[in-house]
Amino acid sequence: MANARISRTRLTFVHVALIIYTIIALFPVVLTIMNSFKTRNDIFRSPLTPPLPSTFSLTGYNTVLGQGDFIGYFQNSLIVTVASIFCVLLFGAMAAFALSEYRFRGNLLMGLYLALGIMIPIRLGTIGILQEMVALNLVNTLVSLVLVYTAQGLPLAVFILSEFMRTVSDDLKSAGRIDGLSEYAIFFRLVLPLVRPAMATVAVFTMIPIWNDLWFPLILAPGEKTKTVTLGAQTFIGQFVTDWNAVLSALSLAIFPVLVLYVLFSRQLIRGITAGAVK
Amino acid sequence: MGNLQLKSIRKAYGTHEVLKGIDLDVKDGEFVIFVGPSGCGKSTLLRTIAGLEDITAGAIVIDGQDVSVTPPAKRGIAMVFQSYALYPHLTVRDNMGLGLKQAGSPKAVIEERVKAASGMLSLEPYLERRPAELSGGQRQRVAIGRAIVREPKLFLFDEPLSNLDAALRVQTRLEIAALHRRLKATMIYVTHDQVEAMTLADKIVVLNAGEIEQIGSPMELYNKPANLFVAGFIGSPQMNFIDAARLGLADAKTIGIRPEHMALSRSEGDWRGTITHVEHLGADTIVYLETEKAGLVTVRLFGEHDYMPEETVFVTPDRSRQHRFSADGKALAATV
Ligand SMILES: Nc1ncnc2c1ncn2[C@@H]1O[C@H](COP(=O)(O)OP(=O)(O)O)[C@@H](O)[C@H]1O
Ligand SMILES: [Mg+2]
Repeated sequence: MANARISRTRLTFVHVALIIYTIIALFPVVLTIMNSFKTRNDIFRSPLTPPLPSTFSLTGYNTVLGQGDFIGYFQNSLIVTVASIFCVLLFGAMAAFALSEYRFRGNLLMGLYLALGIMIPIRLGTIGILQEMVALNLVNTLVSLVLVYTAQGLPLAVFILSEFMRTVSDDLKSAGRIDGLSEYAIFFRLVLPLVRPAMATVAVFTMIPIWNDLWFPLILAPGEKTKTVTLGAQTFIGQFVTDWNAVLSALSLAIFPVLVLYVLFSRQLIRGITAGAVK
Repeated sequence: MGNLQLKSIRKAYGTHEVLKGIDLDVKDGEFVIFVGPSGCGKSTLLRTIAGLEDITAGAIVIDGQDVSVTPPAKRGIAMVFQSYALYPHLTVRDNMGLGLKQAGSPKAVIEERVKAASGMLSLEPYLERRPAELSGGQRQRVAIGRAIVREPKLFLFDEPLSNLDAALRVQTRLEIAALHRRLKATMIYVTHDQVEAMTLADKIVVLNAGEIEQIGSPMELYNKPANLFVAGFIGSPQMNFIDAARLGLADAKTIGIRPEHMALSRSEGDWRGTITHVEHLGADTIVYLETEKAGLVTVRLFGEHDYMPEETVFVTPDRSRQHRFSADGKALAATV
């Protein structure tokens, strides 16, 4: 009984801490969304009040949807993010499988080399990347962004996934080989489903920086046709005048796709954990 | 059909040599057990036979065909693992059928063989379940069923009972024995448990540190161990080893006598000693004593006895069943 009470106090503390954290984390998001529905004057006069009938306004959204090709920007962001996640997961998982499953000369060195990218920010190579993209005629294409983001996401993906793949039962892979599964079938049909939680983790970690990135879209693909949402939202921030309604509306809209992707991946995460396998 | 020859198999990981020249002949229909302490290379040897590990030197011949570089699926073998290794996302039926499906067998054949195997192992009610919905014993039966369905030339088992609890282990052991009688298939079975080895095997291969210590039937190993290692490994409780010099024998280094080949008496006998501990097992009574002449010995008596610690008793070994070993651990011809 005493034990139960102690754990209840502890539980309360944990919850209080988590609730405070949640409030702090959600505050800017809620503020952004709330103010995106208000008139410009009310945004500055009382930023903390929710939109009231008297202060409600859709000006921001009208500007955003009316001016420029915002749907197009969304599409670009989505294409780049999804394609990059796909490449990162596929190639990262393949590299991780090779590193964890096969014994070959230089295995350890190769692993370290691939992990090096975690420590060195890819932006240091921006000039080189730009020159390369110019040479390849890829400037102002979404492909250039996908390539860069894939390179940026791979190190962490390889690192996390190879650790997870080491935990997949050797016997299971052996059974597959005896039953005549090819190495590809073993990879895709036996190993990948078992490391799904790790894949979801990698996907989330990869997705957010790509979606939010301003640097590479600005440098590699600033053209109207290839603009991403983050870059598109910048058009409303001027040196002298900033259309806050439009900026806040654009940001509010930009949150939703990530949210949807996140929910999708976290489902996978939970489902992956429940698939009990060996023993 | 299903005979196997291993010709001076060697296997090294880098510079670490795990198998140091294994020669073995397995005849069609034989039940052969590899037994040895943990880490001696049993699993490695089995995996090289399966083709899951490349050999560094030597040759593996199955049914007269050199399969040393043949991939596992083409060797005509099936393997059962300690961890069951069932495909978690497939039903029991698909787990059993996958090998045949990969080999391109017609659906009807797969269906029929899965039915036969699941009947043999009473798995019919579980065919549509996934491995996660089965108990440990059922999972291991599915793994055995998966092997049967392939109709292999060789069955390979790697410690298949080690994850089961004691009662289930005995039951599954009996099932495997029955299966061997019924299928008359060649089976190679790895275990570190000498009771499993003694009860199942036609032929036991005792391995130690990557080398074969002795090959023989269970009773050959029990009655005529070739060296100290086998003498100590086979039989429980362990054989008593006594320094021959203490007994005044000059023609051997060590004398070995099994605990069950010694008599105990309160009144008279060869070696006087004090009991240090007694274990009452019902069918057996195990007595540990410190003797003046032979040091610590274990005696196994049949039935119930009321010996108590601290008692002074006399031990008489059965001279006709004693083993003699030379200084390098080899068994010497028996003399009475
Ligand atoms: N993949 C490997 N790499 C290096 N050493 C290994 C590998 N697999 C097994 N070994 C070594 O081989 C020896 C025998 O292992 P194993 O065959 O699993 O023993 P056991 O008789 O217990 O089944 C052990 O010393 C082990 O450390
Ligand atoms: Mg083993």
